[in-house]
Amino acid sequence: MKKLVNNPADVVAEALVGLARAHPGRLRVDHVNRVVQRADAPVRGKVGIVSGGGTGHEPLHSGFVGPGMLDAACPGEVFTSPVPDQMLAATTAVDGGAGVLHVVKNYTGDVMNFDMAAEMAAAESGVPVESVVVDDDVAVQDSLYTAGRRGVGATLFVEKIAGAAAEQGRDLAGVAGIARRVDAGSRSMGMALTSCTVPAKGSPTFDLPDDEIEVGIGIHGEPGRRRVPIAPAGEIAEMLVEPVLSDLDFTGSGGVLVLVNGMGGTPLLELYLMYGEIAALLDKAGVSVARSLVGSYVTSLDMAGCSLTLLRADDELLSLWDAPVSTTALRWGM
Amino acid sequence: MPDTTIDADALGRWLRAFAAAIAEQKDALTALDAEIGDADHGANMDRGMQAVVAELDGAAGGDPAAVLKRTGMALVRSVGGASGPLYGTLFLRMATAAGSAGLGPAGFSACLRAGLDGVAARGKAEPGDKTMIDALSPAVAALAEAVAAGRPLAEALRDAAVAAERGRDATTPMVARKGRASYLGERSAGHQDPGATSAALLIATAADTLAG
Repeated sequence: MKKLVNNPADVVAEALVGLARAHPGRLRVDHVNRVVQRADAPVRGKVGIVSGGGTGHEPLHSGFVGPGMLDAACPGEVFTSPVPDQMLAATTAVDGGAGVLHVVKNYTGDVMNFDMAAEMAAAESGVPVESVVVDDDVAVQDSLYTAGRRGVGATLFVEKIAGAAAEQGRDLAGVAGIARRVDAGSRSMGMALTSCTVPAKGSPTFDLPDDEIEVGIGIHGEPGRRRVPIAPAGEIAEMLVEPVLSDLDFTGSGGVLVLVNGMGGTPLLELYLMYGEIAALLDKAGVSVARSLVGSYVTSLDMAGCSLTLLRADDELLSLWDAPVSTTALRWGM
Repeated sequence: MPDTTIDADALGRWLRAFAAAIAEQKDALTALDAEIGDADHGANMDRGMQAVVAELDGAAGGDPAAVLKRTGMALVRSVGGASGPLYGTLFLRMATAAGSAGLGPAGFSACLRAGLDGVAARGKAEPGDKTMIDALSPAVAALAEAVAAGRPLAEALRDAAVAAERGRDATTPMVARKGRASYLGERSAGHQDPGATSAALLIATAADTLAG
């Protein structure tokens, strides 16, 4: 393993030291409770938005803290959900009197820890908390026999759009409602060219031969649904587009919001090439692109590969998407 | 005839032995998790049990319920992932069931059952889902049966440990229905469950330490 680390056990704490030093006016980092919050939190009268999850997915979530998006992020250990104490500290720190929305990716650990945090918030602090669980990954069958679909790329859409709704002054029920609508209208599919390497383990999580790819991966280096021979980008684009379009009808008049997301180890050159292939496939399927975003936003450490997320859009969702946002990783309109 | 009673010191020996077993098996647990999960179970449990040992070193004594409660809180605070709430809930429910009295065989058996019920409720899982419950559930049943038959605690715990190991082994062919491995569907079969593996260590170290 070649990585820029000192002691693998200190990776998260030391990264937070760097994050705080890099963005002093914008972010405030509580190193004791391990909470990254916007410098001006709590914002009086505004619904607070808290998310969190394992680290290794940067810029998710700490890169999305700032006006127009998250009020706080709770980074867990690498690929491990944060703990309830952290989430409780974040919730009380950003409550501006209008309650707090928890944005939770549908992974068992995240769901259980956020559940415990919401119970503690109700018992100890009296802050009203609503939760939205993001579950957009079509690679996982949503059935009684799994823990549901995973939450992946749509987390960015939920955080941006709910963040804008909160900034407009909507109440907790309204912000939670729009967050759930974004999740319900989003679907994702991902693939990996290589495994990632977790610092504490020091070797790739899975072995992937040079001539094979893993289709249907999540964002933790967990193996995907199937392994197939490497193919040209155009064919890989089909492997992503087809299952997304067959899971939900995206041909409505409002068009779609498209995210072509890098997993951490894939250059923008290849991501734009993939976007071209995907956009052509969407044209062919009669799906009109209203907005697009290309880049590495919901990553899996150093994994090479990409994912596609589509959101069924309408005027309201697009105007919230276009609303100003000022975070370290996503910034427009201000 | 007065049988063995588990006091706070015995619980401390158990928890330290479990922490040592986890430290020793850390890489093996992580390797199991890499096959069907996300390769963090060993590192997470080791971080949590180190926090428990630090807690035991820092606050000596107390009644059994207090030791169990501090253990549960230390795990919830330090582990994260799914293991934190699940192992944390196990010990917190055991603490509630333990009350402030010492624990005889029947009391300990009831406590462990309360812990198991808590884990099942928190994880919304049941036997056959390929989780730690597949090791804990047969262990709790074996312990209750041996205690009801009037066998000494040491023997009853040994039965529980054997049952936990059988339950752990039985997870290998299962298709996961809960937790991160469930996202793999059929591909999760053929791999021993890491949670059931650490749970079997928990019961094995109880058999080694709790009966004096």
